[in-house]
Amino acid sequence: MSDFTAPTIAWGPLSPVIIVLLAAVVGVLVEAFVPAARRRVVQLALSVVALGGALVAVAALWSGVSEDGGTAVLGGSLVVDGPTLVLQATLALLALLALLVVVDRTETGEDAFAPSAASIPGSDYEELARRKGVQQTEIYPLLLFATGGMLIFPAAGDLLTLFVALEVLSLPLYLLTGMARRRRLLSQEASMKYFLLGAFTSALMLFGIALVYGYSGSLRYSVIADATKEASGLDGLLLVGSVLILAGLLFKVGAAPFHTWTPDVYQGAPTPITGFMAACTKVAAFGALLRIVYVVLPGLDWDLSVVLWTVTILTMVVGTVGALVQTDMKRVLGYSSIAHAGFILTGVVALNQAGVTAVLFYLLVYGAATVGAFGVVWLVRERSVQSDGSAGAVLGEATHLSQWAGLGRSNPALALVFALFLLSFAGIPLTAGFAGKFAVFSAAIEGGAWPLALIGVLSSSAAAFFYVRIIVLMFFTEPSGSTEAEGGAVAASEDGAAGLPLDVPASGAALEGSATGLAVEVRAAATTTTTVVGTEGFAAVAIAVCAATTVILGVAPSWLLELIGGVAQFLP
Amino acid sequence: MHTLTTLAASLPAATIGPAPEPVSGGIYLVAPALVGIPVLSAAILLLGGRRTDRWGHWLGVAASSLSFVFGAAVFVALLGRPADQRVLDLSVRSWIDAGAFQVDAGIRLDPLSLTFVLLVTFVGTLIHIYSVAYMEHDVDRRRFFAYLNLFVAAMLTLVLANSYLLLFVGWEGVGLASYLLIGFWNYRTDYAVAAKKAFVANRIGDLGLIIALGLMFANFGSVGFLDVLGERSGQVSEGVATAIGLMLLLAACGKSAQFPLQSWLGDAMAGPTPVSALIHAATMVTAGVYLIVRSAPIMNEAPTAQLVVVIVGAITLLFGAIVGCAKDDIKKALAASTMSQIGYMILAAGLGPVGYAFAIFHLVTHGFFKAGMFLGAGSVMHGMDDQVDMRRFGGLARYMKITWLTFMAGWLAILGIPPFSGFWSKDKIIEAAFVPVEGAEWRAWVFGTVTLVGAGITAFYMSRLFFMTFEGERRWSTKRDGSAQHPHEAPRLMTWPMIVLAVGSVGLGLYLALGGKFVEWLEPVTGTPLHEEPVLPEWLLITLTLGVVVVGTVIAYRRYAAATVPVVPPLGTALTRAARVDLYQDTVNDVALVEPGQALTRSLVFADRAVVDGAVTSIARSQIGLGEITRRVQTGFVRSYAATMLLGLVVLVVVVLATQS
Repeated sequence: MSDFTAPTIAWGPLSPVIIVLLAAVVGVLVEAFVPAARRRVVQLALSVVALGGALVAVAALWSGVSEDGGTAVLGGSLVVDGPTLVLQATLALLALLALLVVVDRTETGEDAFAPSAASIPGSDYEELARRKGVQQTEIYPLLLFATGGMLIFPAAGDLLTLFVALEVLSLPLYLLTGMARRRRLLSQEASMKYFLLGAFTSALMLFGIALVYGYSGSLRYSVIADATKEASGLDGLLLVGSVLILAGLLFKVGAAPFHTWTPDVYQGAPTPITGFMAACTKVAAFGALLRIVYVVLPGLDWDLSVVLWTVTILTMVVGTVGALVQTDMKRVLGYSSIAHAGFILTGVVALNQAGVTAVLFYLLVYGAATVGAFGVVWLVRERSVQSDGSAGAVLGEATHLSQWAGLGRSNPALALVFALFLLSFAGIPLTAGFAGKFAVFSAAIEGGAWPLALIGVLSSSAAAFFYVRIIVLMFFTEPSGSTEAEGGAVAASEDGAAGLPLDVPASGAALEGSATGLAVEVRAAATTTTTVVGTEGFAAVAIAVCAATTVILGVAPSWLLELIGGVAQFLP
Repeated sequence: MHTLTTLAASLPAATIGPAPEPVSGGIYLVAPALVGIPVLSAAILLLGGRRTDRWGHWLGVAASSLSFVFGAAVFVALLGRPADQRVLDLSVRSWIDAGAFQVDAGIRLDPLSLTFVLLVTFVGTLIHIYSVAYMEHDVDRRRFFAYLNLFVAAMLTLVLANSYLLLFVGWEGVGLASYLLIGFWNYRTDYAVAAKKAFVANRIGDLGLIIALGLMFANFGSVGFLDVLGERSGQVSEGVATAIGLMLLLAACGKSAQFPLQSWLGDAMAGPTPVSALIHAATMVTAGVYLIVRSAPIMNEAPTAQLVVVIVGAITLLFGAIVGCAKDDIKKALAASTMSQIGYMILAAGLGPVGYAFAIFHLVTHGFFKAGMFLGAGSVMHGMDDQVDMRRFGGLARYMKITWLTFMAGWLAILGIPPFSGFWSKDKIIEAAFVPVEGAEWRAWVFGTVTLVGAGITAFYMSRLFFMTFEGERRWSTKRDGSAQHPHEAPRLMTWPMIVLAVGSVGLGLYLALGGKFVEWLEPVTGTPLHEEPVLPEWLLITLTLGVVVVGTVIAYRRYAAATVPVVPPLGTALTRAARVDLYQDTVNDVALVEPGQALTRSLVFADRAVVDGAVTSIARSQIGLGEITRRVQTGFVRSYAATMLLGLVVLVVVVLATQS
């Protein structure tokens, strides 16, 4: 007779996570057993049901948690409290919206992913797969696995669960990043970078976990928190360990100096995935960071505040000034996301109740605008111009800023929605971004971190410059006509290696991989114009919901702030 | 001055009306629709574009008429209530909820607001109908009606609001509508400039209202009528009340073209004539009077502010009258007369409880006869190829009989000849001005004499206008295309509104004055005017007034009907020359405000370029420089990225360990 006692599993509080992960596993089985022609529909339905189900599950848990403050389940490995539920709801919602952009094949009938991701770029095999219209429907289970990891990440109650969740969410993202249909070399390079740097920080974080375990003798948050309050001779161990764990989390949120991967990966990844990644990863990672800072390390705030302050200031400045000189839309949005990480960090550093509420609110607001903005980028394409002047095939995204000139005239509705997202990023009143910024900055001032709020306000005003510049470009600049696909000379001269061509029009960016299908197309058609492709409807719904969220939360933010504020209490 | 305070304090019953009751149901619930209908119509007309060209003007007319019908329904319902229950508050929705600052968007239904609702919608509807014909050949007629509807909605918001903040929304709304309509033909640069001038002058006034709002919030913690004008109005110090009163006066001066902000009204005649009739004669320009009367409980606490109000009214009524004597442009002469008549109303409003009701009374009768005369002027212009120079008119009575007769009704009304409307209202104001004020006997004599003299000058310039236009010999020039003038009567759509307004000019004053009906109706708002004896007996005042009116009319008859009117204006006396250019008001403004302002602006622009822009540009440059560095760091090599991260991490660890407490 063994004396093994099965742990009691509280299925109820775990339901959001379980629904999503179960659906992901089923999704893998679907890949194996459902005929190829029907996979996309089945996978889509499964994913939507899973994410919708997670939302419903969160809603069902809400009233209980808002009454009793939540519970720790699985013996304390997972904490289901107010912030967890808010974050899980945000994640499920944003993932659902991002999914809608991901599934949209647009009127061209091609999704954002390589027909056969395993084939060598430019090979006959790839061309064959493209002609046959093969699709990699594995992206759906991958997306669900990543979402599942993200749902666990902010709820983790011990460092080991935290680490496992980190890997569960990261590995699918590495893979998804490398699956772009166009500019595949760029995409694969981004994937490789992301993976290497991710592995690097995972190692650092694991090292930090080991150090903290050495200090406290436990992985459990609550035990570590108690241990930090007692004096011992091993403070160095604890401090260095904490900084390493924070570094791991700061890498995920894209805070300086751990931000270097962000622009490259955002640019290389398939655009809908970039939207998903930029919104959801940030939500999950900030959730985990909040719990660590507020639950585990409050005893150390005096020692660690210098780290957080430095990182916050550096992040805001790097994100803002970096964005000023970018010429690629996806990189601009990448740097903008870095700057936003800095703004959100000011709310984290506030170290008060208002800070938690503000950060949770900001994450939703920022996520909605981000998914929407990348959804718009996904629809703005290059179209080749044939030698006789007629319009040719639709190519990849027109990401060079100059290609966006005059979009406001040719596609006023789309440009208007994009302008709305940019204004929200810039924090202009009556958009949700303003309410979010106001909330985090006022929380920071309340928490005594007014210098951070000041720098935050200054850098938001500087950041407004490049957002407004894009709006001016769209509405008040004549389109430059067709963009000459200037040669690889520029690309080749950059960095000498396979480095990213930073200042090259997007159509030239693929030239380093002269073997890719895109490069062939580009060479055949010497010039391109900018065009907007119609959606299948999914992306349009997602963008509309994002825009509506941005407007509604901009005009009337208080009810949501109150709703979040009512439950934003971490379980110790 | 302190004696006045005691006077005001001894009359609490006269200052505070019954407390408003919340509305629970009934016909009163349609009140928001009064504003909503014209807004909806304006939105349809503006958003519908050319598609609505064919029927858009009728939609505008329908919206205005429907507002009138609803307004009349509410009026009848209110009339059915006992007099002390005629003040109602209808809360529409919570509007602003920001901590200590809470405002409900609500509607105040009481005799004062209903009087305005009826005036605005009734005269407004008539003018809408008139405009259908007047603007028939204008390609933008639909847009014109959209703006007119917008104006009606804004004006109704202004008078129905139950807080100063919502009133301010309407206040700005009418300013906007006025701006859009003055500059309706904005392809003419001088018209666009006129619109801008009106806009700027109004902004100065609005500043007063904004400051008043701030003062109210600081002292009452609220901007609602309930708090500011309720029992607490007596609890603030006299200084605060005076400050609020003066700021409200500044606002009134801007909107109602009172001295020293009156210069825009003459230029505002650039707008189409129906606009001049509705906005710049009958309704919008009287908003200042409404503001003062509505704020009666505050004004009663501030005798100094009241004195300033009276002085401003007195100056403006003489100013307008003098300017009116010299203008040859029929619309500008009427504008000067409007200014002068509003001067009467402001003066009456400044007299306190003895004058409030008569200010509103005169406002209503003036709304009818002045709108009627403006429409008459429009009809004359219609028949005379848009000629506005009265020296080019003459003898038109034979050619446009209806216009002549309706105009005559308005003319006799403004002169104050019994039993026409103006007599009943203006005579009461003159009487009130002669009521002695304890401890300041001079005031009854000074202000009384001003109103009396004003009546004489009014008689002169209005008769001059009437005789130059309709009597005497023909002095017509040719049309613009060189053909001969053929004056003709306007179409029926234009004459009927004129006839209706003429009926009002003839009988409305008598009807409302009989048995003190109107004054009694307003009592819940303005308080009971205690009957006080003027320094001269009533019969003598009436005789004197009629005497100066007759003198003024006779002089005008001899010079402009019996004698030949020169087509080229004679040089005239120094006073005439000054009056022709609005007594040099524009020059004074230019020298005193515009030029120093422009000099200041230029120096600020220079400083802005050199200092602020310089700083900003250099910051931007340094930022971009910093960005370049960031970009160079962003090499694209994973190894350098990892190195950056590691270096950053090491620095952080070192810092933490070094600063460890």
